[in-house]
Amino acid sequence: MNQKAILYLALLAFGIAVPFMFPAYKLQISIMWILVVLSLTWDVQGGQMGYNTFGNIMFFGLGMYICSSFQIGIFFPLAEWTASGGEKTFIHTPTQFFQGFFIGIIFAGIIPALVAAIIGYGILGLRGHYFAICTLGLAIAAGELAGGIELVGAGQGMTSPPWPKNIGDTELRSEFFYYICFVLMISTFLFLRWAYTTRFGLVLNAIRDNEDKAEAMGINTMRYKISGWVVSAFFVGIAGGLMGNMIGYIEPVETAFAGRTFGVFMVVMAILGGKGTLWGPVIGAIAFHIFKEGFWTFFLGWQYVALGALIVIVVIFFPEGIMGWLREKYPDRFGEVIDEEDRKAQVELK
Amino acid sequence: MGAILQVDQVYKYFGGVKANENISMTVTQGSITGLIGPNGSGKTTLFNSIVGTHPIDKGSIKFEDKEVSALPVPAVAKLGLLRTFQQTRIYGKLNCIDNMRISAKPSRDNLFSVFSAIPNELNDKAEHLLSFVGLYQKRKLRAGDLSFGQQKLLELAMALMNEPKMLLLDEPTAGINPTLINGIINRLIKVNEEFGITLLVIEHNMRVIMSLAQHIFCLAHGQLIANGKPEQIKKDQRVIDAYLGVQ
Ligand SMILES: Nc1ncnc2c1ncn2[C@@H]1O[C@H](COP(=O)(O)OP(=O)(O)O)[C@@H](O)[C@H]1O
Ligand SMILES: [Mg+2]
Repeated sequence: MNQKAILYLALLAFGIAVPFMFPAYKLQISIMWILVVLSLTWDVQGGQMGYNTFGNIMFFGLGMYICSSFQIGIFFPLAEWTASGGEKTFIHTPTQFFQGFFIGIIFAGIIPALVAAIIGYGILGLRGHYFAICTLGLAIAAGELAGGIELVGAGQGMTSPPWPKNIGDTELRSEFFYYICFVLMISTFLFLRWAYTTRFGLVLNAIRDNEDKAEAMGINTMRYKISGWVVSAFFVGIAGGLMGNMIGYIEPVETAFAGRTFGVFMVVMAILGGKGTLWGPVIGAIAFHIFKEGFWTFFLGWQYVALGALIVIVVIFFPEGIMGWLREKYPDRFGEVIDEEDRKAQVELK
Repeated sequence: MGAILQVDQVYKYFGGVKANENISMTVTQGSITGLIGPNGSGKTTLFNSIVGTHPIDKGSIKFEDKEVSALPVPAVAKLGLLRTFQQTRIYGKLNCIDNMRISAKPSRDNLFSVFSAIPNELNDKAEHLLSFVGLYQKRKLRAGDLSFGQQKLLELAMALMNEPKMLLLDEPTAGINPTLINGIINRLIKVNEEFGITLLVIEHNMRVIMSLAQHIFCLAHGQLIANGKPEQIKKDQRVIDAYLGVQ
């Protein structure tokens, strides 16, 4: 227990100190925290509940667009902003910037959560591959749809509000976003850590292991499946909103509904780290990000081949991920023990 | 004692297969009732109809005088009518204790109780019931790592954890080491007498059902061909013919 507390504190201290220890990597590590959020929330469905989804990227894109649209729309005419490329004609005062950012982030969480509830009601009745393919279709459609809406720049995309020039340089900007990303990651982690100790966590696992059994035992599984997707959509939406702000430019298929990059990454990271565990997706995201950033440049032009190879290796050799492999190796560390001494209540089967 | 379950002229067809045809049966409150019949005679189908796995084509099913034939599976379970599966179903990657904890009826069950804590008292109850079925020492193992027979016992314990009024057991001794069968029979009798749970048991093993049930229904080719006390059933020519495969 004490060991755990020390571990948590060390990680917290590391997270806080990053901007001072590695000032050059602030943005990279901010993105790493976003990846941890994507991986953790994908695992709610893909790992804990056993429903592979390719649709969570939908909420990422939605959050990105919603956040920036609110940030801009509550102070300026959104259509003119996107038409003119934004910053040339309209400039946020610092107060407007932070107010807009705050409101934008809140809606970037709430609206995707509502969308998840509605879509989930429609498709979470599907099982297995049917659900997976359906979410894949929805995610692709979402990108196409966003690319057709003039108000948010259609296929051209839109800019998010630039950092107000009069309150500090780009260093301050990246520190600001770094800490917001860090807080989001910690909040997501702590929320899920708690949620998995409640009925929610056990029911998701029950659904994963045998959904028919769960229903036969009187569990209204739909309620839990929808709740899970709402939780994922909420955190993913906020992550999207933050990402849009950090990149500064939203493009429908490359940055927002980025199924080919973030959409695939979230699955790979969770599997790499270990599906259905709390720490697996965290470890997977960090390992993946380091691999990607460290080796991406060595594979000039071949990055996606390298990524493909990584996926194949993970799926074949570590299907249960890093955590699953550890569990296999040290089952007793994970509490799997036959109780030999404690026979007090044992009734022998005669 | 009154009837707890009334099945009245129930029909269930799968395309051209007449899985259940005009089945009527009554299960007395507090009894152990048997449901027998050769493979493919429609026993499991009848269980599925009762608990709402599929809609029935015709007829009525009443549990405690309430029509349940149109209710979805979880709703029927919440009324206190639970079933176990012929192909045992447990939550394989969860340990036994967690299998038990998630099987208890929650005190509140609505949208706001999704994130409710699982009360600690449940652990004691889970351990007690696990020792009742002889799995106490295995309580921290993954359920999927138990043997088939142990999984059947776990499934029984999970059902008890839910405190049902009535349990439908689909072949509780199938595939179990014969030396353990008496242990299961004794436990089922205890479940009935001490926990006061009405049992409807599908059983293939004639010896088992004869020593367990007070009343037996026999299906063949989707139809009810006989019902009565075990002694009567044992002597019934139609039952003997059905089991010997004579039309
Ligand atoms: N879901 C289903 N779809 C089609 N046919 C089914 C289905 N379930 C059962 N049957 C058929 O109904 C008949 C009765 O099966 P079942 O109820 O499982 O018999 P029992 O449990 O008595 O062995 C069989 O012929 C079986 O093939
Ligand atoms: Mg059967």
